[in-house]
Amino acid sequence: MAVYVPNPYLPEIGTVTEVIPETPNIKTIRVLLRDPERMKNFNFRPGQVAQLSVFGVGEATFVINSPPTCKDYLQFSVMKVGEVTNRIHQLVPGDIIGVRGPLGNGFPYEMMEGKDILFIAGGIGMAPLRTLLLFMLENKNNYGEISLIYGARTPQDMCYRYEIPVWQKRGVNVVLTVDTEAPGWTHRVGFVPTVLSEEAPSPKDRIAIVCGPPIMIKFVLFGLRELGFEDWQIYTTLEKRMKCGIGICGRCNMGEKFVCLDGPVFSMEELQSMVPEL
Amino acid sequence: MVARRKEKKSQNRIFIPLEGLNQTLENLSKHFTVWVPMPSGENEWSLEFKPLHRGCKILLDRQSTLPPKKVILPQGQTLIEYEYKKSESDPSKQDLVLREVIDESPIIVFGTRPCDVRGFLVCDKVFLQGRYIDVYYRARRLNTLFATLFCREADDACFCSSVGSGPADMEGSDIGITPIDGGWILEGLTDRASEIFSLCDCEAPDEKQIEDARRVQEEVRSMRVGNLRTDGVLEGVKGQFQNMELWRDIAESCLSCGVCTYVCPTCYCFTITDEPQGLRGERLRSWDSCMFYQYTQEASGHNPRPTKLERYRNRLGHKFSYFPLRYSGMIACCGCGRCIRSCPVSIDIRQGVERVREAHHGCVCS
Repeated sequence: MAVYVPNPYLPEIGTVTEVIPETPNIKTIRVLLRDPERMKNFNFRPGQVAQLSVFGVGEATFVINSPPTCKDYLQFSVMKVGEVTNRIHQLVPGDIIGVRGPLGNGFPYEMMEGKDILFIAGGIGMAPLRTLLLFMLENKNNYGEISLIYGARTPQDMCYRYEIPVWQKRGVNVVLTVDTEAPGWTHRVGFVPTVLSEEAPSPKDRIAIVCGPPIMIKFVLFGLRELGFEDWQIYTTLEKRMKCGIGICGRCNMGEKFVCLDGPVFSMEELQSMVPEL
Repeated sequence: MVARRKEKKSQNRIFIPLEGLNQTLENLSKHFTVWVPMPSGENEWSLEFKPLHRGCKILLDRQSTLPPKKVILPQGQTLIEYEYKKSESDPSKQDLVLREVIDESPIIVFGTRPCDVRGFLVCDKVFLQGRYIDVYYRARRLNTLFATLFCREADDACFCSSVGSGPADMEGSDIGITPIDGGWILEGLTDRASEIFSLCDCEAPDEKQIEDARRVQEEVRSMRVGNLRTDGVLEGVKGQFQNMELWRDIAESCLSCGVCTYVCPTCYCFTITDEPQGLRGERLRSWDSCMFYQYTQEASGHNPRPTKLERYRNRLGHKFSYFPLRYSGMIACCGCGRCIRSCPVSIDIRQGVERVREAHHGCVCS
């Protein structure tokens, strides 16, 4: 009778170990779970998410953007948009934070093996791609050429600026762009979809992984199709309002699919078969 | 030894006389919380399930206005109590203590109808049979027994037979209640019933009463309640998803008041919020409704279901298409008719289903 069933609503207690300001409204926090066993066994796939919890304010969903092999901390990048994210921005090292996860499906990196990989990110959309990018760099032999087109409104709105040279050194072909000219900016200027069509990567044996604001995704998809990418070659991660994160509370559904449980990662092919309720 | 076994056997059926109902249930309430349908307020026009109290008026003559949903899924429920404390090992640091509040006290719901219990069978799919198990729902569900009436009180809004159930459907119930002249026959349907009967202190029914009950059950079994056709709706919702004229036709008068979800035995959507009181507080789960704008509104301000058309489309779609697609064909509607009776602008979900069907079949033909 007394079968132990874990409580999926109960967060693990973690400690904030580091706070990295990324942009005027995005901070990256690193969290260490207090229970060393749990920390050691916190296994996840790139692209999976977790619910961060500040008791007294509430919970919100964020992608885990550290690579799964990193056992020193879990990393999250948080844009200040609401109550919970405001409170998270006030946290300092040593503060307590709840972590519930990993949740969701993550990227199907197995089927991307042997292919060239094209990451296309806008703004905070770099966060879900960072974990997969780092994962692929750790398993570089399994993948072909890895390239990244990353755009932000201004140079100051670009996340992980300090890391990009490291990625380049490790072989990532990086193209950076901002919306308008800025003093000292030596990279590209223009919207991500424009830069994509200028770069014109070949769809042959390539997988494109896109994340960014909805309007960017829309035009990037258009551009990718122009270039000859087929729907099965394109992946994106979706966002919805979530509460439970485990497919129960109801709100993040698109038809019979729950973004929290069946996503947040979907191929364009899957999205085409789902009800268009973004 | 033999005698005792005989006594137990005879306890698979008991008879409760009309005037003995309160006393019998009061006997049970020493061991269980007994929920019964009773008037919501002073008058009797609205009924709801409440815990039995001495001398309360138990009304088994019609369907309750509100379903017993809250017995298993309370309208507001503490999930976790939290408290921030000074760390004992390092007083310069803070500690967080969490306590799960899981209620496992035993419950009997007496006087449910097949539609009420069907509602829980629908919710079970979500809370107990998915990738994650909801421990709060599970604790209450496993510790709750249902004593369900063979239902003779269908009205024009009822359509349980159209959605996979029926007025004699005892699936999920532990005890069947058959109303006969002068009282009720209770019949054990699961192993858990005999324990209840041993606590009831009631007589076994005589031959005539058993025969009466059999006749009533036969009559109820022969009833078909409702004539809604649901074929084609599974695919129809998706096929007609962008046919906004159709959805306007169905939902234009909707007020987004949410009463349909409030009275629905199969509507289980909820929100989670924190209620702080200084350094301690609670994480609460409360009923929510897909009829509300805020339900899907994102922090950015974007809302994937911005108007009542999208929201009603989701409610109807969820019940008759998305849910069956996800959970092996089960329709997430028990046909109780409460949404139809309660809607202030007389929206009838059956008409919506019918229109989707027509539009879908029309499409297939053309």
